[in-house]
Amino acid sequence: MDKIKLATVWLAGCSGCHMSFLDLDEWLIELVQWAEIVYSPVGSDRKDYPENVDVCLVEGGVANEDNKTMILNVRQRSKILISFGDCAVTANVPGMRNMLEGSEPVLRRGYSELADNTAQVPDEPGIVPRLLDQVLPVHQVVAVDIFMPGCPPSADRIKATIEPLFRGDRPQMVGRDMIKFG
Amino acid sequence: MSVRTLTIDGVDVAIAADQTILQAARSAGIPIPTLCHLDGVSEVAACRLCLVEITGMQKLVPACVTRVAEGMEVQTQTPKLQDYRRMVVELLFSEGNHVCAICVANGNCDLQDAAIEVGMDHTRFPYQFPDRPVDISHPQFGMDHNRCILCTRCVRVCDEIEGAHVWDVAQRGANCYIVSGMNQPWGAVSACTSCGKCVDACPTGAIFRKGETTGEKERDRAKLNFLVTAREKKEWTR
Ligand code: SF4
Ligand code: SF4
Ligand code: SF4
Ligand code: FES
Repeated sequence: MDKIKLATVWLAGCSGCHMSFLDLDEWLIELVQWAEIVYSPVGSDRKDYPENVDVCLVEGGVANEDNKTMILNVRQRSKILISFGDCAVTANVPGMRNMLEGSEPVLRRGYSELADNTAQVPDEPGIVPRLLDQVLPVHQVVAVDIFMPGCPPSADRIKATIEPLFRGDRPQMVGRDMIKFG
Repeated sequence: MSVRTLTIDGVDVAIAADQTILQAARSAGIPIPTLCHLDGVSEVAACRLCLVEITGMQKLVPACVTRVAEGMEVQTQTPKLQDYRRMVVELLFSEGNHVCAICVANGNCDLQDAAIEVGMDHTRFPYQFPDRPVDISHPQFGMDHNRCILCTRCVRVCDEIEGAHVWDVAQRGANCYIVSGMNQPWGAVSACTSCGKCVDACPTGAIFRKGETTGEKERDRAKLNFLVTAREKKEWTR
């Protein structure tokens, strides 16, 4: 049987979900018998998102232009897209800036009002991606196939979510162990 | 005392005539999710999580305020009810700002538990991200409106058990919010005895003790029950 092509992506998140992924410890060795990691900030050197990905774990909400381009790409090129962790599922902590209503007040607050010295709002088109007005959960931008809440989801929850996919099954996202937020 | 017999999910239940469907279900060990219901205080049927179906009735009824009747056939888990309940919880999450990861009630929250019970892994409704205040003017407690689900348990417990009536509901519809005193900062309300009953009654992390951080909120629900039985049955020891 061909190996599953597995990718992991991180958008507006803290990398905690990926750290939890690494907490799979020795099961990662088993994982690579089933899956080929084709793209991942913690498991691959590849810079561009490949075609024909079977399963993609997406950490983080959609906060800026880069995130948006990325997630549209990911959706187009992946069969099963998993919202991985609370930031992807709810916008979570990054989404707290949405209460300030718009990217301009957020930048002003962060870079001018709270600056001790050299206050300056970063503006480098092509280098610093523009913020979207709101941080959005992934499913408000593209269709999502599986939701895995948790901040971060535990390694056990990650394993229980992706392991059935290697056998061609779907995980049962029910009960405290699988869907508790936070 | 007259007794009524009814069936709930096909199970025969006999219970006193003045009891609600919720009480009947609980006496038979049949779970119905609730959020605004709190043992010991009056019912308001605000959350609609306890909706059930009754054979022969077109509309769904809230179990917490509907009296049992002879021969009633109640269904608590039809696909339609499960769908509506999940929708109710999804709406609660999308209309407030629930960041469980940094909430005092994380792991000890009735709303989180309800989400698990109804199988909510995400909300289908767009998040509103409302701009809501936090009131930390009280010396011991805080009120974070971002996490308030307007169940009014605080209002009822403070009025009916403590007798202070510090809390009330202001405005209407989506603009509703809980006010203290005459819409004053909580700390400025002299009627508050700082008894902490609203902290125990609040199902979420909206009302909390100062100094509690993520996941540290604890509630003493048994204390509220104890006070009610103490008054009603004159049992003064716990
Ligand atoms: S009140 Fe409950 S649901 Fe809301 S953020 Fe806190 S733990 Fe989460
Ligand atoms: S502390 Fe007691 S008196 Fe004060 S608002 Fe809460 S329930 Fe009412
Ligand atoms: S503060 Fe708590 S108890 Fe009061 S209405 Fe809001 S959620 Fe309910
Ligand atoms: S518990 Fe019945 S409506 Fe809230």
